[in-house]
Amino acid sequence: MESDLEKAGSGTKRSVDASPAQGRVGDTGSPGPLTAGRHVTVLASTKASRGSAGGSEGGSSGERLSGASARGLTGTARVKRGLAEMLRGGVIMDVVDAEQAKIAEDAGAVAVMALERVPADIRRDGGVARMSDPALIEAIQEAVTIPVMAKARIGHFVEAQVLEALGVDYIDESEVLTPADDQFHIEKWSFTAPFVCGATNLGEALRRISEGAALIRSKGEAGTGNVVEAVRHLRAILSELDALARAEPALYKGAAEKFRVPEELVSEVAEAGRLPVPLFCAGGLATPADAALVMQLGAEAVFVGSGIFKSSDPGRRARAIVEATAHPDEPAILAKVSKGLGEAMRGTEIANLDVKLAERGW
Amino acid sequence: MKVGILALQGDVAEHARVLEELGASAVLVTSIEDLAGLDGLVLPGGESTTISMLLGTSGLAGALSALLAEGMPAFGTCAGMILLAREVIGGRPDQVCFGAIDIVVRRNAFGRQVESFERDLRVEKLGADPFRAVFIRAPVVVQVGEGVEVMAEVEMKADGGAQGAGPPDREAQGLPGPSGGDRGEDLLRRPVLCRPVLCRQGPVMVSAFHPELAGDLRLHDMFLSELCGRERLDCERLD
Repeated sequence: MESDLEKAGSGTKRSVDASPAQGRVGDTGSPGPLTAGRHVTVLASTKASRGSAGGSEGGSSGERLSGASARGLTGTARVKRGLAEMLRGGVIMDVVDAEQAKIAEDAGAVAVMALERVPADIRRDGGVARMSDPALIEAIQEAVTIPVMAKARIGHFVEAQVLEALGVDYIDESEVLTPADDQFHIEKWSFTAPFVCGATNLGEALRRISEGAALIRSKGEAGTGNVVEAVRHLRAILSELDALARAEPALYKGAAEKFRVPEELVSEVAEAGRLPVPLFCAGGLATPADAALVMQLGAEAVFVGSGIFKSSDPGRRARAIVEATAHPDEPAILAKVSKGLGEAMRGTEIANLDVKLAERGW
Repeated sequence: MKVGILALQGDVAEHARVLEELGASAVLVTSIEDLAGLDGLVLPGGESTTISMLLGTSGLAGALSALLAEGMPAFGTCAGMILLAREVIGGRPDQVCFGAIDIVVRRNAFGRQVESFERDLRVEKLGADPFRAVFIRAPVVVQVGEGVEVMAEVEMKADGGAQGAGPPDREAQGLPGPSGGDRGEDLLRRPVLCRPVLCRQGPVMVSAFHPELAGDLRLHDMFLSELCGRERLDCERLD
């Protein structure tokens, strides 16, 4: 084996080298050169959604450079959404340490979400929930070869900058953590790392997309082991999408006003009949059947948080959920993988909750 | 023409869209029964470790291995390329390798997602019009056996992680060549290696990038016409 290549693949982190001359920005139809450390690539499919990015919140552009490295364009909408496309049909698992990350990878997770506490424990402990310790995230990155995601607080663009600097593969601007800004979500276009955001309905999903989210997930009610809210949010997004796709173009303007997003985004979504980014499901999934349920309803992949490592046999349950997500409409397989998994996480009635995480964000 | 897409996990829908656009009927393969009567098979992008595990649990690993040994035409992109390779570096020890094409690949060769990129690639076989290649946590080919045709390469620095120095046709595009120009002394001192990212051997074709994401049908058309035996279409770029 060629030893030079061994080095080439070692995955060492380095800063992104911005070089507009070599980025050949024009290739993707971007309207102009990179400006002041801020890079917004406009692909045909994203023109619509870009409009509102500037107005929402400008603080995150800072000094960081993104956009063009010597080898090509990084951080474009196509590259960011591309990773989400690759996760389709898979399970993203919450893990709190390297050992759990290994168990998740062994069980066939497509990615892990690095956290200090799973949502069930965040609920139990109370207090302010923040971004995880970078040392913990790095330990998890070292332990696995699959993508590693991590959460930043809503509106906390500095936590997001830190996560990007750590080389996190996807940043979850998450309602599971305590929000840092009650007016603005993070302006996500100017980051090279892609973002996933939660949504409870179509308007919320479109607002996050217009801020630069490259992946949308239902919020569900994290840490409850109760799938009802995830189902509600998924059905809401999909039925509103369906209604929008059947609406007369004359109604797009009104819809855009109602959703508080540019009309171009509304017409793009209406004409395609789907979101311009993948739609995953999260929040309260605890069993293989839960995963298959939301996949059959139209989710393209699932996040499982407390449901795995709060159960009695995490490795086995994780693997069963992976198989169920891959074969959601094959009941014989679902029956087989659901056998003898031990106790699922106990779970909570939504009505008994003091704090509803899904109500965070807007 | 019936072309299967291994549909255990990954960007199956994008491949299906391209194949249908080219007039083939796409069959989603999740079990052994779905393999009957296929003219070819696409192995999509996704997480190769996950797909490997599911190949085992679904029984598809053995069935596919037999079909590939019989010469079933196959096109693997990214994770699909890893699965079709002879050997994988940086994978899991229990990872499936069909050995359908005599190449050794390195997983995640360019680094994490923030290093993922898109760029134009010159593929001589496709003519002068460049191919927009999207690399997502992409692998790269580090060794090719005899009889493997390399159809496109990217340049990688030998000692600087995976940073490339641009496409091989830089001069043609009016950019400074790899051995001169404005890239700083740093790069000038470093040897630049070309690494294959698009290869073909017999009925098998692999790409480290994602032709299904860029709206360019030409590589899928090449797969259908040259490997699966269908008539070539006069195919336009979608975008």
